[in-house]
Amino acid sequence: MPEEAILEVRELTTKYITRYDENIYAVDHVSLRLEAGKSLGIAGESGCGKSTLALSLMGYYFPPLHYTSGEIIIDGRNITGMDPDEVRKEILGNEIAYIPQSAMNALNPTRKIINFIEDVYKAHDPSKTKKEVYELATGCCDVLGLPAEVLQKYPVELSGGMKQRTVIAVSVMLFPQVLIADEPSSALDVTSQKMVIKMLKNMMDNGFIKSMIFITHELPLLYNVTDEIMVMYAGQIVEKASAKQAVFDPLHPYSRGLMGSIIVPESGARDVALTTIPGVPPNLKNPPSGCRFAERCKYVRPLCRATTIELNDIGSGRAYRCILPESELRDIYQEEAERHAR
Amino acid sequence: MPDENKICLSTVGLTKVFGFGRNTTLAVDHVDIDFYESEVASIVGESGSGKTTLAKMLLGLLKPTEGEIYFQGTKRDIRTRKKKREYWKNIQAIFQDPYASYNIFNKIDSVLLDCIRLRGDGRLPKEEKVALMTEACSFVNLKFEELTNKYPFELSGGQMQRLMIARIVLLKPRILVADEPTSMIDACSRATILEMLLRLRDEIGMTIIFITHDIGLAFFISDNVYIMQQGKVVEHGTADDVILDPQVPYTQRLISDVPKIHEEWDLSTV
Amino acid sequence: MKHTLRQVFHSPRFVVGFAIFAFIVLLVIVYPIFVRSAPLGIIGQGTFFPPGIYVNAYDSIGSEPYTLKLDNAAAKRLASRLSDEQRLAMMEWLVAAGLSENEIDPADTEKLLEQWENNYDPTINIPGQTNARRNYFVRLNASLGGILATEAAIIAEMNAETNTLEETGSVDQTDYVNINDVPNKRLLPLGTDNFGRDVLTELVSAIGTSLLIGLVAGLIATTIGLTLGLIAGYIGGFADDIVMFFTNMFTVIPTFVLLILISYGIGQEQRGAVTIAVVIGFTSWVWTTRAVRAQVISLRNRDHVNLSKLSGHSTTRIILLSILPYIASYVVMAFILQISSAILAEAGLSILGLGPKTTEVPTLGLMMNWAMIYQAQVLGYWWAYLPVIITIALISFSLNLMNTGLDQVFNPALRE
Repeated sequence: MPEEAILEVRELTTKYITRYDENIYAVDHVSLRLEAGKSLGIAGESGCGKSTLALSLMGYYFPPLHYTSGEIIIDGRNITGMDPDEVRKEILGNEIAYIPQSAMNALNPTRKIINFIEDVYKAHDPSKTKKEVYELATGCCDVLGLPAEVLQKYPVELSGGMKQRTVIAVSVMLFPQVLIADEPSSALDVTSQKMVIKMLKNMMDNGFIKSMIFITHELPLLYNVTDEIMVMYAGQIVEKASAKQAVFDPLHPYSRGLMGSIIVPESGARDVALTTIPGVPPNLKNPPSGCRFAERCKYVRPLCRATTIELNDIGSGRAYRCILPESELRDIYQEEAERHAR
Repeated sequence: MPDENKICLSTVGLTKVFGFGRNTTLAVDHVDIDFYESEVASIVGESGSGKTTLAKMLLGLLKPTEGEIYFQGTKRDIRTRKKKREYWKNIQAIFQDPYASYNIFNKIDSVLLDCIRLRGDGRLPKEEKVALMTEACSFVNLKFEELTNKYPFELSGGQMQRLMIARIVLLKPRILVADEPTSMIDACSRATILEMLLRLRDEIGMTIIFITHDIGLAFFISDNVYIMQQGKVVEHGTADDVILDPQVPYTQRLISDVPKIHEEWDLSTV
Repeated sequence: MKHTLRQVFHSPRFVVGFAIFAFIVLLVIVYPIFVRSAPLGIIGQGTFFPPGIYVNAYDSIGSEPYTLKLDNAAAKRLASRLSDEQRLAMMEWLVAAGLSENEIDPADTEKLLEQWENNYDPTINIPGQTNARRNYFVRLNASLGGILATEAAIIAEMNAETNTLEETGSVDQTDYVNINDVPNKRLLPLGTDNFGRDVLTELVSAIGTSLLIGLVAGLIATTIGLTLGLIAGYIGGFADDIVMFFTNMFTVIPTFVLLILISYGIGQEQRGAVTIAVVIGFTSWVWTTRAVRAQVISLRNRDHVNLSKLSGHSTTRIILLSILPYIASYVVMAFILQISSAILAEAGLSILGLGPKTTEVPTLGLMMNWAMIYQAQVLGYWWAYLPVIITIALISFSLNLMNTGLDQVFNPALRE
């Protein structure tokens, strides 16, 4: 029995309108379904549209980003086309929390952290007194592994990693349904990164958030954090699978190339041949008519450029956007592996 | 494979202190490293560990506060401009940001022509220069006739970084200092850059000093690894030894903090 | 380069500023072609003639008269003969003499004159009236004689032989002269100044001189600032220390005081326009040096500079090719601001009387100076100072507008 979806997005398309009135469809017919207790990872390289997707999912964006078509339903409520101001008041913070890459810059350098938290409550739940807010804040810090002294400090007294974790903790203090994290740890050193990841997992385990969407270009992180991974390329979702399947058994040629370029400091990693994909992603001002990956694909056929390729759902939560059937792809990959072994 | 008998560059007690009086920062703290011919040596450290400062001193762009650098057995002396030019025929660099490495006002040809001049071939007729540049570009899978007379903003990041490698092909230095050369490149194009560097090493016996914060990358590409923390080399050895069997707690922590996919990534250690 | 120029001319602020400035420069170039008189030539015998068209009265007598019947000619004549002050005075006397105020309308000339004629009696003693005031009314009354006359005016010339006046012609009240027939006339749109010079011609020449001073001073200051800033910023070390020493010295001494002292020291005789420009240039390079030095310091550790070093380039080459082009836009903007401030500095000096020699060329500041000394503003002779002020403001404004426009082009973060 399918669980009730917390966040459901159907064929969402948003575009940028440039100064010269050109349309760039940065998010093209993206659909996803997020259930309670699950986390979804969105992987892709720079320019694929994942950050735009994050903004579009919230429903909170401004020109030059414009909504084109599709639906966003959060917790049964359709927020498509809602006025951004309404979204800010009613959805952000309560239902959806969003953490951009440099979230730590949201902290006002002239005020203490506890003042920042008080502001958040003032905006969303003015009934709470200062004492109540303080208690809630300390409770939160306790569960999420932040030292309570942080509350009385100024941002300049904290390290980058600490600031980022603080802002992430504050963003879930109103217990939102979904947390959208866009590269939350990319600007940090590895130790701080691990702390952020630990905190995110903590938040899911302790019920601070019901579900999470984690967006990054670092695949090992997604593997360790999320249940399901979607790979994005040129504004479209090209593969959807469980984390394990996506990393170890990718079907789409692009995902395969992406997973093949992962480098980890583990034994045996030195003997792996890294894959490369020549070329660059297509210009989204004039997206190619057929498959957007056709230019760079090793296995391209004439039909690939001629028809629009839809997402091919093969059941049990797997889907990929390629014209070739699963069996044929697996044969090709098998052949390649054998050739390489020789 | 590194030739253990021939040391091409070594540092003895290399130190750099910034500032003076009361406000001093010790960026590099008495570092002793020997680099061998045909070696890929990685210097791994987090930001602030001093690895970039060390790289600049090795390149001769920054003057050390203390310590000596020995190039091919003799003490390095680059006090005059002539000596500097001689030194830079033997040691070159690739930087992190491909866009920042170019003068945006000059065509990309100038970058390659400067190398030809440094080699001493500035007087060659134009056709020979073009032939040299075409050959260098083809090593990095670029077509010179397509790129000539273009400005940097017309190329992609990957192309620009590969052109930097083409520079190295023209100069064929003994040592290459690569400062985070792939951190601003797409994952899919990273392997190309790495493969080209390794191919160069194999063909001309060049030493590559690879500066990075990515320990996985260091593991993948290097023969020897040096871990730096707060200006000091805290651990060094072959890549297998340092990464798979680290002795120093700092290194152990560094490796355990990197997400793994084949082994379990233990989150409880933070 | 072409792309940058196109962007620059798309910036509305730059275009407006450039248009105003170009108009002023064109005016300076084109005006002397059409108006050949010397800017400092004294044409008015007397001070501060108001703006207007000056027609030679003597020639108009001799010109062919035309008879025109125009409405209200008589009323207009009457109205111009009696000033507001005189009307109010007449009203005052009539009220004091017993007439009720409601009956007197100072605007109705005929009725007022009629009332005056009927009621004025120099012998009536009005209490509280001084002697001087009584004499004023006597004179007023005398001047009114003949105001309502409709006969022609007689022109008589002295016959040298008989020593009597002989009538040679008459001018009727309905005689009009075509201005094109009058050979001697002069349009003075801005009147004359205290010396009797045509203000407009003087102004145009003054703009030219001031712009020249601004340009020369700006060039000198920017060149010094650029050179010192590059050396201090890129080479650093001891060179930087020396440059900073001089910069700090010049910062501490107020430049304007320095200007005054130098100007005074040179002496009145030596102060030409170019000399003043040079002096201003050599005292205002401080800000540019500092700004260029800061920019260069942030540039010298960039990758492309390091790569340039690794390619064996000399220091001079690196400064000229790798640093200078990156600060070029900044230097252009600094140059524009230097021109603007130099023009204002010269104006300031001239107002104090320490500007260029007063006998050679006029400058905007000198014109302000003369207007001030001869109290034009007190006496209400607005044409002697208001156009100058507006011109200085326009020049400064247009230069600053161009600067802001350029800033928006080169610094995308500032674009709206």
